Amino acid sequence: MVAVPDELRRTGFAATERRDAWWVAPLLQGTVLAVLITYANWAALQNANYRWGGYLSPLYSPLITISWLPLPPSLLILLPPVLFRATCYYYRKAYYRSYFLDPPACAVGELRGNRYRGETAFPLVLQNLHRYLFYITFLYLPFLWSDVVHATSFGGSFGVGIGTLVILANTTALTLYSFSCHSARHLIGGSLDCFSCSAGARARHAAWKGASVLNARHMLFAWVSFFTVCSADLYVRLVASGVIHDIRLL
Amino acid sequence: METVLKIFRGDGTAGAFRDYTVPLQPGMVVLDAVHWVQAHQASDLACRWNCKAGRCGSCSAEVNGKPRLMCMTRMDHFPPGEAITLAPMKAFPVLKDLVCDVSWNYGVNRRIPAFRPRPPEPDGTWRMQQDDIDRVQEFRKCIECFLCQDVCHVLRDHDRKDQFAGPRFLVRLAGLEMHPLDAASRTAHLKEEAGIGFCNITKCCTEVCPESIHITDNAIIPLKERVVDDFYDPLRRLWRRLRGTS
Repeated sequence: MVAVPDELRRTGFAATERRDAWWVAPLLQGTVLAVLITYANWAALQNANYRWGGYLSPLYSPLITISWLPLPPSLLILLPPVLFRATCYYYRKAYYRSYFLDPPACAVGELRGNRYRGETAFPLVLQNLHRYLFYITFLYLPFLWSDVVHATSFGGSFGVGIGTLVILANTTALTLYSFSCHSARHLIGGSLDCFSCSAGARARHAAWKGASVLNARHMLFAWVSFFTVCSADLYVRLVASGVIHDIRLL
Repeated sequence: METVLKIFRGDGTAGAFRDYTVPLQPGMVVLDAVHWVQAHQASDLACRWNCKAGRCGSCSAEVNGKPRLMCMTRMDHFPPGEAITLAPMKAFPVLKDLVCDVSWNYGVNRRIPAFRPRPPEPDGTWRMQQDDIDRVQEFRKCIECFLCQDVCHVLRDHDRKDQFAGPRFLVRLAGLEMHPLDAASRTAHLKEEAGIGFCNITKCCTEVCPESIHITDNAIIPLKERVVDDFYDPLRRLWRRLRGTS
């Protein structure tokens, strides 16, 4: 250990000289995340009211139903997006701080342990496979955009309802979240050392610059898209169960 | 107007916080207050400083528990009448008062594989475009204040200095690894010696950086992705094996 006198060595959970409300951010973040995760799990297990007319809950999209399998269709498709978020560089920061308390905030004592291995050992070393979950969830985007198209269909004719806008907003948020991903930014062009060495590298540099603009807002897209997924599901669920009526705008 | 500074006085074996009352002046920064204490109340107070302009990275300390440059922290940043606590960086051994021994960092720096330029062009020169070096120029802003090292919980709380280089040197490695003229690969060094896997990207280094370098997003995470390319990505491994380049 470094030579620091006892007067300075404040050890133990939450030990700090900080006087600001450092605990507010991890507490709020952890609470909101827990609420969203709880709602998404509850909704995914309902196996009802996930569809109304052309509207389909994003928690059930793409809709795959297997008649002999007694499972909600959401459980067949949700694992990759869930793992994509679980290994996301932003969410890692959020839950390491709020749930693992490792650390709860900057320059604040944590639940100290000599066994800290970070992401070098199982299971957290699997965070390194985030890019594969990006590849898989990227395949979901065409289905989500086709849901937007279906949400403009009302009995065979074109229309726009509040639900259409809710589903459009959700798909837009998920698309921005996917393309702002750190792994995507690396794969698009970040892995190059020389951006000007070939025409292909110059094209990838242009794409990397765009991805970098989005990446700077990755945290925003992470939160907004989680909210919109739950909101879109809730809206479809409320309409499908007859609690509210969808309003046609066009 | 006056304020009270609670300054740590002592060395690596013992010490205590002592109170010093300091008159406030408009535009005063914490380093001014420390200099006032040195001039009027404690001429033996040890404090490392040089430029007083946020360029040299010498006056790093913990002000009210937050790693900061004392020369860039204004006294009017704090509520009037409230004592301000000043302590040395806690991730490093205390030499005296506010001065730490940061020499461990220089040892880490020496072990980083040096810049190795690719072969020159036919005319014997190297050329690179501004687009190629924009990215690495951000990393050259580092003033080596070591605030990021101090706040990093891997070094500060877990004391993994034997296995983890810390954010400052991941920034330096990023500057070398992404350099358009450099031909060396440092991913093995990153994985084994620099211990990049110990970073759990909680971004405290980015929060305290006085140069606003996006340490986590622009240096550490891209380096983690390069380590994944070379060591964790099964398809890339298969591809390299098929091409006989592994």
